[in-house]
Amino acid sequence: MSFTAAVGIKRRDVSVRLATSSADTLDRPLEIREALRFEGVTCTFASNRGRGENYTAVSDVNLSVRDGEFLSIVGPTGCGKSTLLNVAAGLIQPSAGTLSVFGQKLGQGLNRQASYLFQVDALMPWKTAAENIAAGLLFHGRTKADAMASARDWLIRVGLEGHGDKYPHQMSGGMRKRAGLAQALVLDPRILLMDEPFSALDIQTRHFMEDELLRLWSADRKSVVFVTHDLEEAISLSDRVIVMSAGPATRPIAEFDIDLRRPREVSEIRMTQRFLQLHAEIWQVLRGEVLKGYARNRP
Amino acid sequence: MRAIALDPRNRLLVLVTRFALLAGGILLWWILTSRGWISAFFFGDPVGVARRIAGWFVTGSVYTHLYTTLVETILAFLIGTVLGLACGLWLALNPFLAVVTDPFIKAMNSMPRLIFAPIFALWFGLGIWSKVALGVTLVFFVVFFNVFQGVREVSPAVLANTRMLGANSRELMRHVYLPSAMSWVFSSLHNAVGIAFVGSVVGEYLGSEKGVGYLILLAEGVFDINSVIAGILLLTVFALVLDTTVSLVEDHFMRWQPSAGQTVSGHA
Repeated sequence: MSFTAAVGIKRRDVSVRLATSSADTLDRPLEIREALRFEGVTCTFASNRGRGENYTAVSDVNLSVRDGEFLSIVGPTGCGKSTLLNVAAGLIQPSAGTLSVFGQKLGQGLNRQASYLFQVDALMPWKTAAENIAAGLLFHGRTKADAMASARDWLIRVGLEGHGDKYPHQMSGGMRKRAGLAQALVLDPRILLMDEPFSALDIQTRHFMEDELLRLWSADRKSVVFVTHDLEEAISLSDRVIVMSAGPATRPIAEFDIDLRRPREVSEIRMTQRFLQLHAEIWQVLRGEVLKGYARNRP
Repeated sequence: MRAIALDPRNRLLVLVTRFALLAGGILLWWILTSRGWISAFFFGDPVGVARRIAGWFVTGSVYTHLYTTLVETILAFLIGTVLGLACGLWLALNPFLAVVTDPFIKAMNSMPRLIFAPIFALWFGLGIWSKVALGVTLVFFVVFFNVFQGVREVSPAVLANTRMLGANSRELMRHVYLPSAMSWVFSSLHNAVGIAFVGSVVGEYLGSEKGVGYLILLAEGVFDINSVIAGILLLTVFALVLDTTVSLVEDHFMRWQPSAGQTVSGHA
């Protein structure tokens, strides 16, 4: 119902913004390259309810992520956002449709251009922070000394200086996320996939981590796909926000360009007029889907 | 006041109480047998047992037996652990094979394997190898089931993350499956040490010419209860020593872990 209205508002705002603002992140050079492109991606899983019954998590998703873009995907809980990320990572083969990475079709196998930051802790618990960060480099054939030197460098960059010898269980949730971020970024991927990475953190740590993420991202502008259920987080970080419909058979139903000025300070940008305006627009679309999701999950 | 006095964290108090309990038990045993309230012929007596153990060590007659039993136990322990580790990893990473072999493995684990002792005596003779073989069949399953479980319990997120970092299957084995399985293996090794001892001693008991089990068998033949009890005490002490060694190795390798995990319990 409110979908067309919301998109209409968005279009108008973007054009106004483009005309008035020169410091806008959107008016980049036009030779836009696509880091990721989903074409008709559908993922159907065998349901655990009974034989022959299938569950379609995502259905006919067409989506592209521009090179250097920070894209957020929001949607109701359990709508298949993570499935989409797993497809992007190559961890799941779609039942139908294709995924292209920088114009190359991804067949079997993992997306080698991407690093993945998981929602849950995914550090190897038997390795120290430094060893965890160095692990990816070792797998890529770097020497141990070289890998450890890079790991130490990244420990400093993510603010974990002096904690390199700690095992994951000796670190706080925020520190583990920092180590995870360093583990993903040390490989210098062209694409960073993030699945609600900060959802388990307390709100202060979370804002701090979001700022850190923006700071690290602004250094070399990798393409980021950031899945979250937190709309404020999505708006304050991204260039573009995609709203997914309620599951099953999720697909993107609306997209919004976020024309907030960079560099951003996440806790401050949330107070601005433009932020609240965007939030209201996107929430109008999202709310409908959240309600549908609730209605379907009700017994 | 009383609550403070019985604080379980007071190590000295705990040690003193334990010692008092042990001394009290021995004292009770001594009083009962020396006063003739229970028969020293059937229950032995502490002085006799102590004298027997001292005698064994003074004359040096026990060393060859102790050495044989320890060698059998350690060999059974090592071979069983390595085999269990290898088979556990192999089957856990081959779902088809695991499903096919599942009923056989369950059957072999359920059968009372101590009954193999006579067969192993026929196959491997009365020397140490028949006892090692018996110990291996006991240790193997304890380790095997724990490794199998350990590989199954690998966090899917850690696995996916390590794959995304670019690990190939060999690196996944070395950096994810093996360390994850090791935490289960180490907690099973405490079980395995005790079971390896059971294998050696029962094997010796059923047919051998050397070993503490043989010593106990000989003593039992002449109703020398003091020697039987002395042999059992000796075995207990050495099982504890081996168990402590495992704990030390575990503390070194498992320092990444906050606390030991739960084990799949094994039985002999």
